[in-house]
Amino acid sequence: MKWIKPQYIAFLIVLLLNFALFRGFFTISIQDGRLFGSLIDVFNRGAPVAILAVGMTAVIATKGVDLSVGAVMAVAGAVAASLIQSGQPLGIVILAALGIGLLCGLWNGFLVAVLDLQPIIATLILMVAGRGIAQLMTEGRIVTFNDPGLIYIGSGALLTIPMPVVIAGVLMVVATLIMRRTALGLFIESIGVNRSASTYAGLRSKTLLIGVYAFCGLCASIAGLIAAADIRGADANNAGLWLELDAILAVVIGGTSLLGGRFSIPLSVLGALIIQGMNTGILLSGFPSEFNLIVKAFVVIVILMVQSPIVGNILTFMRPTPAPTAVPAPGEKTS
Amino acid sequence: MNVLKHILLGSVVICGFASATLAQDKMTVGFSQVGSESGWRAAETAVTRQEAEKRGVDLKFADAQQKQENQIKAIRGFIAQGVDAILLAPVVATGWNDVLAEAKDAEIPVVLLDRGIDAPEDLYLAAVASDQVKEGAVAGKWLVDNVGSKACNVVELEGTVGSSPAINRKKGFDDTVGATSNIKVIASQTGDFTRSKGKEVMESFIKAHNGGKDICALYAHNDDMAVGAIQAIKDAGLKPGTDILVVSIDGVPDIFQAIANGEANATVELTPNMAGPAFDALEAYKKDKTVAQKSIVTESKLFTASDDPKGQYEARKGLGY
Amino acid sequence: MQEQIMPTASPVLTADSITKSFLTTRVLDRVGLTLMPGEVHALLGENGAGKSTLIKILTGAYTHDSGTIRIDGVDVTPRDTAHAQELGIGTVYQEVNLLPNLTVAENLFIGRQPTRFGLVDRRRMERDARRILEPYGLEKLDVSADLGSYSVAVQQIVAIARAVDLSGKVLILDEPTASLDAREVDVLFTVVRRLRAKGLAIVFITHFMDQVFALADRVTVLRNGKLVGSKPIGDLTRMELVTMMLGHALEHESAMRIVKDRPRGERLATFQGYGLAGKIAPFDLNVHSGEVVGVAGLLGSGRTEMARLLFGIDSPDSGSATVDGRSVHLRQARDAIALGFGFCPEDRKTDGILGDLTVRENIMLALQARRGWAKPLSFKEQADLADKFVKALDIRTASVEQPIKLLSGGNQQKVILARWLATEPRFLILDEPTRGIDVGAHAEIIRMINRLCDEGLSLFVISSELEEIVAYSSRVLVLRDRQVVRELTQEDVSTASIMKAIAAEPGEVAA
Repeated sequence: MKWIKPQYIAFLIVLLLNFALFRGFFTISIQDGRLFGSLIDVFNRGAPVAILAVGMTAVIATKGVDLSVGAVMAVAGAVAASLIQSGQPLGIVILAALGIGLLCGLWNGFLVAVLDLQPIIATLILMVAGRGIAQLMTEGRIVTFNDPGLIYIGSGALLTIPMPVVIAGVLMVVATLIMRRTALGLFIESIGVNRSASTYAGLRSKTLLIGVYAFCGLCASIAGLIAAADIRGADANNAGLWLELDAILAVVIGGTSLLGGRFSIPLSVLGALIIQGMNTGILLSGFPSEFNLIVKAFVVIVILMVQSPIVGNILTFMRPTPAPTAVPAPGEKTS
Repeated sequence: MNVLKHILLGSVVICGFASATLAQDKMTVGFSQVGSESGWRAAETAVTRQEAEKRGVDLKFADAQQKQENQIKAIRGFIAQGVDAILLAPVVATGWNDVLAEAKDAEIPVVLLDRGIDAPEDLYLAAVASDQVKEGAVAGKWLVDNVGSKACNVVELEGTVGSSPAINRKKGFDDTVGATSNIKVIASQTGDFTRSKGKEVMESFIKAHNGGKDICALYAHNDDMAVGAIQAIKDAGLKPGTDILVVSIDGVPDIFQAIANGEANATVELTPNMAGPAFDALEAYKKDKTVAQKSIVTESKLFTASDDPKGQYEARKGLGY
Repeated sequence: MQEQIMPTASPVLTADSITKSFLTTRVLDRVGLTLMPGEVHALLGENGAGKSTLIKILTGAYTHDSGTIRIDGVDVTPRDTAHAQELGIGTVYQEVNLLPNLTVAENLFIGRQPTRFGLVDRRRMERDARRILEPYGLEKLDVSADLGSYSVAVQQIVAIARAVDLSGKVLILDEPTASLDAREVDVLFTVVRRLRAKGLAIVFITHFMDQVFALADRVTVLRNGKLVGSKPIGDLTRMELVTMMLGHALEHESAMRIVKDRPRGERLATFQGYGLAGKIAPFDLNVHSGEVVGVAGLLGSGRTEMARLLFGIDSPDSGSATVDGRSVHLRQARDAIALGFGFCPEDRKTDGILGDLTVRENIMLALQARRGWAKPLSFKEQADLADKFVKALDIRTASVEQPIKLLSGGNQQKVILARWLATEPRFLILDEPTRGIDVGAHAEIIRMINRLCDEGLSLFVISSELEEIVAYSSRVLVLRDRQVVRELTQEDVSTASIMKAIAAEPGEVAA
C-alpha cells in the first residue's frame, strides 16, 4: 500500500467533486482532431503550471526557490512573438525563446551559487525586472501573431492529445528519467539536504546549483511559449502573472519540502493538476467569482493538512485499534 | 517607432523652451501619466501627443510608473516650471488635496483624465472620464436590439473582481438586459481582463452549457477577454459571431480585426482621446475664464461590422494598443 | 585533583554536583563551581567539555537534572535570563547581545526605561547612562549615539556595564576577547580588574592561555562533562594547566604506543611552504604511505584550517603541493578527491552527514561524485557496497535504507569513514574522529585507524585526545597560534613531549 500517495487520493477527490458539480465532467469527445472535454481542460490548462513545477521541483529540492518563473514566461513569450512577427523562421524563434529562458536561469544560478545570495532575493530581482523587460520588448501591447507553427504549440494536437499536454508529459518523463536513471537526482537532493557536506564529498555544488536554476528557467520558457501560443499573442503584462506561486504550491502539494531534499517530479506535476482541477471545478460550478479564492484556499488547506505528519498521527491514533488479545510475555517481540 | 517617439519628445522639450520665451499665446501643458501598464494606456499617451501637436500645445510628459509619489513630484515640477495647465491621469483616488491646492495657489488649472479622485471639486478645473455604467448599457442595448424577442442565454466574462470597471460595466449591462424577459445571464465569471483567462473561462462555459449550444451570446468586460474567448469558441467547433454573438468593451485594434472577420459583433469604444475634451475645456477657460462642465463624459460609441472595422483597425494599430 | 581551596570569605555562588543529560548523553556529570567575591575565575576546557552547558544552567537557559546552586547560601534555580539577573548573575557573550541600532542609553535601560508621566524620560535616562558608564572610563561617551557606531570593544564594555548594573554579583564573560585586538583587550582587562576590586565575582571563559595567566585568580577546568579540578592560578604552570585541559597526568606517560616500528612506505605527497594568511602559517609536510601523521594542538591552534587546506576546501596563498612527484593545485575538494584524498570533517553534522539521506546513499556519495552523475552505480552495486561496509565497520543500523540521522554519533562517524573507504583512498584526513562518540565505538575507530595504516593507507589525524595520538601516530605535528611549532618523530612521540610543545611560552622554541 506504500505506493498509494495522498496526492493520488487528493486528485481523485477533486475530480469526483468536479463530477458532482458538473455531470458532464468526464465526458470526452473529439473536436477537430483534438480531445475535447472538461477533464482534458484540466490537463491542458494545467500543463503550463505542471511544466513550471518540473523545474521548480529541482530548485526547491536544493533548498532554493525561483520566484522569477512567471516573469521568465512573459520574457520568453515576448521574444517569440517579436521574432516571429519580424519574419524569423520558427526554429530560430523557438530556440531563441528557450535560449532566453536558459539565460535567465543561468543568471539566477549565478546569483545563488556564485554570489551566494538567498534564492528568494536573488530570483526576486528577475521577477520584477523580467516583466519590465518583457513590457519593454512589447511596448506594453499584446503582440499578436498568426504563424501556424507557433500556434500549434499552444492549440495543436498530437494523436488527438493537446500539444501542451504532450509537451508537459514528455518533459515530466524525460526529466524524471534523467534524475532517477542517473545520479543527478541524488546529487540535487544531497545539495538540498546539506550543501557543505555535499561539497566535502566532492560534489560540484556550484555547478549543480547553476544547472538546476538554468533548467528551471528553461522550463519557464517552455511554459511561456505555450502560454503565448495559446492566445496567439505575447501579453507581457499578464502572461505567467502569479504562476510562480502556483508552481511552488504544486511542488509543496507534491510533497517536496521547502527545506530541500527528497523530491518527486511526477508528484509535483500531480500537484499542478490538483490545482487546475480546483480551478476548472470552480469555473464549472457557476459560483460567483468572489468565492474563487476562498474555495481555492480552503481546498489547499485541506490537502496540506491531510499531508501533515501531525494530522496523520492523529488520524492513526483515532483509528480503532483491535483490543489486545493477550499480554505479551516480557522479552517477547511485539512489533 | 520608438526612435520616432524619442525624437518627437525631444522636439517637444526643445519647443517648450522656445515657447516660454517667444510665443506667448502657445499653451504649455504638463501631462502626468500613470504609466504604460496596458495597450489602452499607451494609446491614450499617443493620442494626447497627437492632440497637443494638432492644437499647437507644448506638452510636457511625465510617466509615473504607477506611483503616486512620482505623480506628485511631476506636478510640483510642472508648477515650478510655470506651465499653463496640468493634465493628470491619477493612479489612485486619494491623497491629492495638498498638491492640487499648490497648483490652485499658483493659478494653474488641473484637468483630471479618465479616473476620478476624492478631493473637493474646486481643486480642479474639470474631470474627463468615460461612463463605465453607460458602456455596459450600450453593450446591453446592442444585444437587446439584435436578438429581438428570441430567448437568449448570455455568458459574461467579468473584469478583475472588485475593480470599478468590472462592477460598473456589469451593472450597466445587467440593468439593460434585465429589463427584458427573453435575455438571461446564465453564467458569470472573472477573466481578470486577460486573454488567457478569457479563453480558459470560456472553455468551461462552453462545456458547462451543452457544448456551447445553449449559449446565444457572450458579453466580455473588455476586448482582450473576448479575443481569448473567440479562440475557445472556435476550438469547440462553433462559429463566434454567428453561433455565439460576441459583444465587448474598449475598442482595441484586435477586436476590430475580429469584427472584420465576422468573429465578433460589436464593441463599445473607451476612447483613448481624453485629452481632446480636456484641451477644449482649457482653451475655453483661457478665453473667458468659464467652465462649461465640471464633469466631462466621453462618448461611449458603439462599433459594429457596418462601421468599417478594417479601417478602424488600421487607424488604431499604430497608437500603441 | 578534586581538592578545593577553602577560602576564608564566604562564596557568592556555589554550584555543586551539577548533572545534566540530553536524551541519553550525559553532558555534565557532577560538576561543581565555587565563585568568591572579588575574583576572576577562568573556566576552561576544550570543545564539548561542558562549559557552555554549565553557563546556560547558571543563566537559566537550561535546568539541571540534579545538584544544587546556592547564591549567598540560598538555594536557587534560575528559570530564565531575567530571573538569573534578578538573582545577581549577568552574562556578556562573544557576540554582543545588544541592539546596535538603539542608542547607548537605550541599550543600557532597555526594558526598564525611567518614565515620567508615562513617557520615557530621555533626559534622566541619558544622565543615568553617563553615571553608569563613568566608572568604566567611558564618561566622555555620547550616550545618545547609536551603539553600533562604536567599536566592538566599547560595545563589549557597555554590555558589561548593563550586566553589572542589572545583576551586580556574578558576571560571566563568554569569550569576550575573541574579536578584540591587543589594545582593546588591555582596555577590557582594566575594566574587569576594576570590577574585581569592587568585589564582583567574574567568570572568564577563553581559549587564550596567556590571558588566563594575565587576568585570572583561579581556574576551573572541565573535560568531557567532568570536573578536572579547580586551582589558584599561582599554583599552576602552563604545563600543568595544559595537562589538566587535555586530561593527562605526566606520570601516566606509559601510554601504549602501538606503532613505534611501523615501516614507512614511499612518499605520496609533499607540501612545501604551504599556507594561508590568517588561517595557518606556511608549513612543510611530507606524507608517506603506511604512516599516520598525528596533529595536536589546542582549540583554535589552526588544526582544522590545516586539514581544510590539505583537502582543497580552502586554497593556499603560498607554497606548492606535489603528489606522486607531480605538481598539483588543490582548489576544491574534488581536486583532492581525484588524487585519492578523503576527509572526515570535525563537525560531523554540518560538514559530514546528509541527515535525511539513507545510510546507503551516504556511503556511496563520494564514490558516485567521483564517477560523475552520468555513470550511476546501480542500485545493487550501491546496496552491496553499503552492506559490505556495514559489516566491515560493524555499523549498527536497522537497515541501510535508514536515514543516517537516526544513527548514533559513533555509527554516523563510521558511515562517513565508509564513504571515503569506498573511494579506495590513499590519503585520509580525519579531524577529531572520536569526538562525541561512546567508548565502544571510540576503541573501534582507533583499531580501524591502525588497520588502515597497516594496509598501506596514509592517514593525517587531528585529535585533542593525546593518548590516542600517541597510540597510533608515526609522527606528530604540534600546532600553536596557527603555526606548526614542532614535529615529533619516532621515540620523541609522547604525551609529555606534546604537552610541552603546546605549553611552551609564545616565542619560546620548544626543545
